Amino acid sequence: MQEVTEKKEFTPNIVAFCCNWCSYAGADLAGSSRLTYPANVKIIRVPCSCRVNPTFVLKAFQQGADGVILCGCHPGDCHYVTGNYYTRRRMALLFSFLNYMGIEKERTRVEWVSAAEGAKFSEVMNDFVKTVTALGENKRLTDLRVKEGK
Amino acid sequence: MLRIAKEKLNALYAKINESMGLFIPVKRAGEVNYEIWKEGKEVSLETLKTVKSPKNMFFPSTENMMKFKTEGKALEIVDVRDEKKPFVLFGVKACDYKAIEVLDKVFLADPVDTFYQARREATTIVTLACSRPEESCFCGVFGIDATSPLGDATSWLDESYLYVQANTEKGEALIALIKEFVEEGGDAEVKAQQEKTTEILKKLPFAQLDLSRFKPENLNELFEAPQWEELSEACLGCGTCTFVCPTCQCFDIRDFKTHDGVIRYRCWDSCMYSDFTLMAHGNSRTTQMQRFRQRFMHKLVYYPSQNDGLYSCVGCGRCVNKCPQNLNIVKVIKTLGGKKND
Amino acid sequence: MRDIELKMIERAKALLESGEVARVVGWKKGEFYFDPMPAVFETVEELNDFVYNSFCGANLSKYLIKVSKNPGKTAIFLKPCDSFSLNQLFKEHRVIRENIYVIAIECQGKLSVEKMKKLGVSAITEVNENGEEIVVSSLYGETKFSRDEVLLGKCETCKSKVHQVKDEEIILREMQAGKKDRFEDVEKLEAMSEEERFTFWREQLSKCIRCNACRNVCPACSCMKCVFDNPASGIAAKANDDKFEEQLFHIIRAFHVAGRCTDCGECSRVCPQGIPLHLLNRKFIKDIDGLYGEYQAGETAEGKTPLTSYNEEDGEPSDVFKGEEK
Repeated sequence: MQEVTEKKEFTPNIVAFCCNWCSYAGADLAGSSRLTYPANVKIIRVPCSCRVNPTFVLKAFQQGADGVILCGCHPGDCHYVTGNYYTRRRMALLFSFLNYMGIEKERTRVEWVSAAEGAKFSEVMNDFVKTVTALGENKRLTDLRVKEGK
Repeated sequence: MLRIAKEKLNALYAKINESMGLFIPVKRAGEVNYEIWKEGKEVSLETLKTVKSPKNMFFPSTENMMKFKTEGKALEIVDVRDEKKPFVLFGVKACDYKAIEVLDKVFLADPVDTFYQARREATTIVTLACSRPEESCFCGVFGIDATSPLGDATSWLDESYLYVQANTEKGEALIALIKEFVEEGGDAEVKAQQEKTTEILKKLPFAQLDLSRFKPENLNELFEAPQWEELSEACLGCGTCTFVCPTCQCFDIRDFKTHDGVIRYRCWDSCMYSDFTLMAHGNSRTTQMQRFRQRFMHKLVYYPSQNDGLYSCVGCGRCVNKCPQNLNIVKVIKTLGGKKND
Repeated sequence: MRDIELKMIERAKALLESGEVARVVGWKKGEFYFDPMPAVFETVEELNDFVYNSFCGANLSKYLIKVSKNPGKTAIFLKPCDSFSLNQLFKEHRVIRENIYVIAIECQGKLSVEKMKKLGVSAITEVNENGEEIVVSSLYGETKFSRDEVLLGKCETCKSKVHQVKDEEIILREMQAGKKDRFEDVEKLEAMSEEERFTFWREQLSKCIRCNACRNVCPACSCMKCVFDNPASGIAAKANDDKFEEQLFHIIRAFHVAGRCTDCGECSRVCPQGIPLHLLNRKFIKDIDGLYGEYQAGETAEGKTPLTSYNEEDGEPSDVFKGEEK
């Protein structure tokens, strides 16, 4: 019973890597359309989802992220034509691998959000935050030193 | 001589653990290393060589030194040294015990390394004599007797008993603490085991290595020896030999950014690494041959020249067992050492 | 085994004498029968120390990155598994095909001294091979093993006995691939719960001393400067500072060689702490096979790797977990 209450109070740290051309614009649209998404989603703008090196994802977890989400243009719509096709393969393999190491699979996600999909952006973020909140704090892939003194 | 029945050992560990920390060889996921004892852990005193040597207990692979905190313009330096609770280091072999002497000369010489010193002073070392040395062992070459190591207390192990004898006040205190488990006896058994082991030690393949050429006066000649190229040819430049070595003592100091400041820590470094001697102007050792040569020259020539002839190799043979490509100090000694090696 | 060794020496001698090659990469005698080390032979005299036996487990192909830069052609003896690694190095232009003369050699699976010791033998003075029977003499007596009992871990699951690249071969007997399926252990882990898998890897990786042996021995790890050695990368580290570092290093390393790892098994062979590192790489191989079609790195010296190519019809990252919902 007590555990349930504690989990409710927990607000996760979410890092969202958004591509400059679609998803970041989608986030903008969400904002200008007054659609809300949780304030604990921290957006990092990248030129293309394909710019996200697996190290970035791990680094985010090290520094205290509880969930990491990558957003890019829909496959076929990449500003650089093929970038997100590579992202798709890389992240499929990376996320499967992290899960193989015992990291909860709900902590990682890839979503395609176009510049016109402000509503989808807001939905996706709300849903992801909800999922990670239910999961609780990331304890398996984090650096205790970072959290010291917190 | 005192003895403790083997089946009482777990209770004995628990007793020590009540008032002191206890570091002991423990098997985890198939390998044996020193770990802090806890009920339920699989102690393995029978293992001849732990993968990592017990130097880890005084000079950990990584250790926080201080912390910097900033608030506005104020900078605070925080001492992060943990309180040194007394602890017992149990089961140290003769070679590893000698290695602690080698480390002492580095860390306890002026300027004293207070981190190391604090741990050293808080420890009671119980050594364990060897009864089954293996082919890679050559501690005898360095004048070490594997059958009767020193330390605060010495112990011997056979099928049914652990025999102990105190050598110092700390050792006496430890035995007083565990007196409910000990009984008199064992002189004859220990003596018999020592004699048997001594016979095997004599037969070991590396028992007769000749170190006579590794002297300070031969420094230049050894340094210039053409054989280094061939000796180091297959070296991968990994740090296995340095990290499993009980006497390697090099470290690096680094900073780590935390949530609210910076942790300054030190961690083991290896002279086998390409950035080991990297300075602003570049690197003074640019090839793997030079790095390889440095390691062995340090063990066999530089260190002894500064420490009254004491070699900083103790013949534990870990590098012989663990080098991925089977390079090791024995090959160096045989190639560059005295004539009797031929 | 001795007959192959003699033939190898004979060929090495002929190649060096005729000047066809400037050097030969092989193995030379160690202190015992069971500790040969990789070596470069440049003269016929040096070949006196040449050795080839069941303990020549080391994969020599990585040495070519450095050695083949010297003038003249380099001859190298390769076991079937090592030939995959060399092909991959050709593909990545780390080694130039024209500079290399490959002699394919027979391999009946290599043996592990470490395993013998774990089975209770110590102070080994001699090892004799009588076909399937391995006789180990030590100061404490004699022990007999069957070959299978003391086979190197990587040889138990040997994927192929076919050389992927060769200029000539010295093969006298038929060779057999491994008896164990190489994905069996990966599947066992996959069948566990997240929690159990986490515990398994935590136990294993907590032993890591970050000696970098796995990285330095790996033929796929051919970067001039590793990201973990580069202070500007933000992730450089020496000895492990935190459990996170252990995870970071092994995840990034496994990912970086994904699609390029030929599964030669050297990482697990050299790990001083016996961490089953090959199970990390094999997970990637298995996933790639399942998601993007069967692919074996090192099978060809041309073409793209799975991570440097794509297909418009590829599945979504979330599809990876479909079908395993319980």
